Amino acid sequence: MTLDQIIKTLELRLLTKSADFANQKPLSGYVSDMLSCVMAGAKKRCIWVTLQAHNNIVAVASLLELTAIIITEGAQPDEETIQKANKEGVTLLSTPHNSFYIVGKLWEMGLRDK
Amino acid sequence: MTSNISNIPSSRFKGKIITDKLAGQISRVEELAYILKIKDVMSTSLKTLTPQATMQDVINVLRDYRISGVLIVDNEKLVGLVSTEDLIRCLEKNDKFASVKSYMSTQLTTVNSFDFLTEALKLFTRTGFGRLPVLDENKMLVGIITKYDVTYGLLRALEHEYHEEEVRRYRASHLFEDIESNRTSLVLRYDIKQNDFIHGGEASSQIKRALTRLGASNQLSRRVGIAVYEAEMNLIIHTIHGGSIHVEIEPNQISVYVWDDGPGIEDIEQALKPGFSTATQEIRNLGFGAGMGLNNILRCADEFKITSELGKGTHLVIKFFLKHEDKVGEGYSQNKE
Repeated sequence: MTLDQIIKTLELRLLTKSADFANQKPLSGYVSDMLSCVMAGAKKRCIWVTLQAHNNIVAVASLLELTAIIITEGAQPDEETIQKANKEGVTLLSTPHNSFYIVGKLWEMGLRDK
Repeated sequence: MTSNISNIPSSRFKGKIITDKLAGQISRVEELAYILKIKDVMSTSLKTLTPQATMQDVINVLRDYRISGVLIVDNEKLVGLVSTEDLIRCLEKNDKFASVKSYMSTQLTTVNSFDFLTEALKLFTRTGFGRLPVLDENKMLVGIITKYDVTYGLLRALEHEYHEEEVRRYRASHLFEDIESNRTSLVLRYDIKQNDFIHGGEASSQIKRALTRLGASNQLSRRVGIAVYEAEMNLIIHTIHGGSIHVEIEPNQISVYVWDDGPGIEDIEQALKPGFSTATQEIRNLGFGAGMGLNNILRCADEFKITSELGKGTHLVIKFFLKHEDKVGEGYSQNKE
């Protein structure tokens, strides 16, 4: 499953600049709003689902080399956060749905927490 | 963006089309289109004619210089362009001794030399034109840009960057090899400001990048990155005046020292318990204060010492011992998983 397919199927809005999503294959998923839990639990090339939208999620994603962050419930990161994400090569996606719905859909598509 | 690039014939694969998929694989290209200026890639050796020239002159220039359009310039001002299409119209009428004035296009689409490359890409896609005259700040003609120039400019920039990073990595990964001393180390120092959430994570990202350049394995730089991140955020969240982080890199070990001058931890044992946090609700709303920070450091490090005195401050020593394949700065290969 590619990030491209996930974006299309879940109708996610891309907040950062476009990249080669058809060749990015996330290996697992993780959901939490506590950053230290993400630091402990999220694996490399993982998709992280959270409703945090502030600046620091970019640092976390970049350090852990996550594939993308899905920001739920329409939370809107500010322009600085988006710029930082672009600079660090972190993909930010947005959805009006809640985390439960998104994680359910990702699981349905075959993404696991392995 | 991808679809714009898809139509540009590459100089190396002339005649073939760079497909969306191919363009996607070099997605740095998209970034470069926002970094490079049009003046960086345009051709400046211009073949121009005056409005007094004839269409026969155009034919000569196109043939001699193997180009497909000529700019018409009057007193250094761009006044028109004769393209192959214009020339065909002229030849159909057997009118090649006519003045270029009667066939040149005067409604010209131009680009600015100081604009980013992406502007030219957009125009190529929207208009279908093969070349665009380039004007400077004073509306003077300074060059011409074709799809070929764009492709060549991007490839050159990519090659240059690739080479630079290779050289940087090579030099860094041999850093310790040629330096003789009883004990050589490299120290990175960072000052962290209290409450500076905007820059939170920058020190750890920089340290991680430095380690990768020095040839550390991905796993090692990730472990150090996570540990330093937690220490960095603790300085931002919990201290009175912020603090400092020193990372000492030696070929066989990495030592991270973290200092602050208060408030200090009352009960270290309690602070080390997973889930224990003294963070305020406001901080928790930002997703911090899970009570996992010190635990994450403990989990990532090979050795972890914490000392703290209430009213004085806290000091962390975090050590990573490097196994043979992890050794940094001595020319071991990069990109190990």
